[in-house]
Amino acid sequence: MREHLVVRVIVKLLVPFVLLFGLYVQMHGDFGPGGGFQAGVIVATGFIVYALVFGVSSTLRAVPLSVLIALVSFGLILYAGVGFAALFAGGEFLNYSAFDPAHPQHGQHLGIVLIELGVGITVAAVMLTIFITFAERWHR
Amino acid sequence: MELLHDILLLLLLIAIALGMLRLRNLLAIAILGGVYSLVLAVVYVLLDAVDVAFTEAAVGAGITLTLMLAAISLTTREEKPRPPPGWATVLPLAVAVAVGAGLVYAVSGMPDFGSIDAPIHNHVAPRYIEDSPEEIGIPNMVTSVLASYRGYDTLGEVTVIFTAGASVVALLWRWTKDKT
Repeated sequence: MREHLVVRVIVKLLVPFVLLFGLYVQMHGDFGPGGGFQAGVIVATGFIVYALVFGVSSTLRAVPLSVLIALVSFGLILYAGVGFAALFAGGEFLNYSAFDPAHPQHGQHLGIVLIELGVGITVAAVMLTIFITFAERWHR
Repeated sequence: MELLHDILLLLLLIAIALGMLRLRNLLAIAILGGVYSLVLAVVYVLLDAVDVAFTEAAVGAGITLTLMLAAISLTTREEKPRPPPGWATVLPLAVAVAVGAGLVYAVSGMPDFGSIDAPIHNHVAPRYIEDSPEEIGIPNMVTSVLASYRGYDTLGEVTVIFTAGASVVALLWRWTKDKT
């Protein structure tokens, strides 16, 4: 893709907006359509488009594989961790109302934002990892 | 008018599926699969299921297509020519037709589309609709159900995705590659 100037310029312009839209979907999931799954996929798509045009190695310089694999686990641990935090706060597993007994709605909101973040991180990291793993094999 | 849209979109889905059956080029089949998901997303929007439509468009049309293309790049682009149809294909066809006919017959026993007496609208749905603004307090009820009421299920789904990523890395990544 080194010779396609238009594609390279457009992708470079497009990727920040794709990532921004991913963040919007992530953070807006409790008010409109969207949430962690969709946001994770959108963020991964931004990186994949970059990898398709500029190559896997330059993408791996932005997000090293070790970081990616750590993020795969981090999202799931964050989700389960919120569940256990609710357990230790005095509620049931994943009952976010326990975070703020005086205002259960605030606790619910906090819990939902955190677990959606966990979902988004894991989904984005897994999709990107799968793509990079496939693309790396194809390169050699 | 909406009925006309529904019929047109469903006919388009059937046409895409038939096209996927006839084609031998795996690249074209993968892309048609993405188109199928996109048309299906429009159907979901017509059914007022915007969250599902969003997921179908992002996951079905976006990332699945990309991963399919990545997988095809590791194999071949053309499907092997199939043997001409014989008895080995007639029996599965008969089974498929019989099951399909049974399903069509079963649809006649289902409650009407959108009927308020349907069991699905009288189980837990009324509770979610009436109590979630009070209990959860966020405007998008779908997120309330997914993230809070059904938090266990979503945790399971994230675990499935985690397992998929871990398996792909364990199976395909070449850990002992030389640094160049």
